[in-house]
Amino acid sequence: MRRLLRTLLAVIGFGAVRRRARRRHEEAQARRAERPTEPDRRAENLVVAALLLAAAAALAFVVLYLVTPNTQLLGLTFGGALALLGLAAALAGKRVVSQEQAAEEYPEFGDERAQGDVQAVVEESGSSISRRRLLLGAAGLAGGALGAAALLPAASLGPNVDGTIAATPWRRGRRVVSRDDKLIRAEEVSESTFVTGFPEGATKESLGAPLIIVRVPAPELRLPPDRLAGAPDGIIAFSKICPHAGCAVSMYRHPRFRPTAPKPALVCPCHYSTFDPSRGGKLLFGPAGRDLPQLPLQITAAGELEAGGDFYESIGPSYGRSREKPGRKD
Amino acid sequence: MKVRAALAALCGIGALAGLVLGPSAPAKPGPAESGRQLYVEGCSSCHGMDARGSPGRGPTLRGVGAAAADFYLRTGRMPLADPKDQPERSDSPYTGAEIRALVDYVASFGGPPVPRIDPRRGTVSEGNQVFSDHCMGCHQVVGQGGITTQGVAPDLRKSKPVDVGEAITVGPYVMPRFTDQLSRREIASVARYVDYTKHPDDRGGWGIGHIGPVPEGMVTWLLALFALVLTIRVLGEGTS
Repeated sequence: MRRLLRTLLAVIGFGAVRRRARRRHEEAQARRAERPTEPDRRAENLVVAALLLAAAAALAFVVLYLVTPNTQLLGLTFGGALALLGLAAALAGKRVVSQEQAAEEYPEFGDERAQGDVQAVVEESGSSISRRRLLLGAAGLAGGALGAAALLPAASLGPNVDGTIAATPWRRGRRVVSRDDKLIRAEEVSESTFVTGFPEGATKESLGAPLIIVRVPAPELRLPPDRLAGAPDGIIAFSKICPHAGCAVSMYRHPRFRPTAPKPALVCPCHYSTFDPSRGGKLLFGPAGRDLPQLPLQITAAGELEAGGDFYESIGPSYGRSREKPGRKD
Repeated sequence: MKVRAALAALCGIGALAGLVLGPSAPAKPGPAESGRQLYVEGCSSCHGMDARGSPGRGPTLRGVGAAAADFYLRTGRMPLADPKDQPERSDSPYTGAEIRALVDYVASFGGPPVPRIDPRRGTVSEGNQVFSDHCMGCHQVVGQGGITTQGVAPDLRKSKPVDVGEAITVGPYVMPRFTDQLSRREIASVARYVDYTKHPDDRGGWGIGHIGPVPEGMVTWLLALFALVLTIRVLGEGTS
């Protein structure tokens, strides 16, 4: 009801704006008839000010982009530059360039004299501008600055990340910690839950850092013989970054009662790529082109989890032709 | 579905119930007796006469405790028409007293009690943090629910704090259990956050269903288009 009322008010408001605009239009036409073609210094100043402000905003975008890429400020400066440029164009069109409306009988088509008249009118339309060079210079500056602001983000396309993307902080003997830097003990990983782990003493932000750790009952593990040692007591760790688009694999489908529910799986919430933890992260369903990379684990004498080495496969989202790559490291 | 379930329970279990209870069943059973009777009538076809489960139909209820029984029964997830269906929230066919009797009966086999959840002991900000880490993947960041492959993660807008605590403790259907990782205070915070998501503080004004940035962008585009057409109209007015 309230929304309906608001819509109604908006429609009425729009009607009023249009009526007012029509009235103003008629008044303006009356004024125009007697307006002398004197330069309007105030309007010119306004246009110059708007153009300079547009240039300043565009340059601010360039500076912000290079210094602190805060997207809110980037949007504000770039949008502001465009809006000010639009304002300058609108002001120049309405106030600086003298406008004339003339209705006359259509002369014969191709009348050379009439063509000459039109040409004269077009040439005269700029005749009332006193500081043509200043205006053109300001327009050029605004255009150039905006062009630079529009082109600069192309720098974000590089540099080539080949190689660095597959680097991970995991080394043999690096212990696994929780988000609040507490060591994760083997008994904390029970069969019906999942644990998120990070490398001890390394950034948690890098693509290779986060792990999703689950416990598969040992008889259910179907791993290649060379990987069995990497899943002690059935505790098995995978990269939490989906090899499809790089989302966090944050769903663990763990049935309470096997016969009547789908079997255990790690699922990515973005596009539902589904991986089987008992078969070393084998892709069961979804758009991912490869399996979920597994990290070999070992249990320390004190019962804590630590890495037994780097991931078996290369980690991270697919790009270029990496989607179908088996990803196995040598 | 409900009717079919009731019929199946009546036909399939009636004979067994008759055998077990015999003609000498008391006319007005006490609470414990009525819990057992309700169990035999409504639950034993899948969970077994002795609550030890039956292969391929239903799990054992020994050791699940009052937490699981209360969660499944009070939210209407049990009884289930077909044991292969996913249990979903619905209106329970049982009265409150019947649910209490059944919960007591299942709890008599041991297991965790109904958790005491006091959302006031937690904070919304911690709840948001914990929810983002553990729950958001399936239930979506403001608890509107979602899917996992071959399963549905329920909408939490009808969930009471105790339901949240029970689900975290029990790990129903394909949901993991989080009691090993979350402290009591963190669980209270999650419950408080879930309460908060029912009426989130929409700073932007209109929540647009709280389903993410795509509809928000679409609405912005529509509004911007309207503003753009209006601007063009006003600009063009003088020269038409």
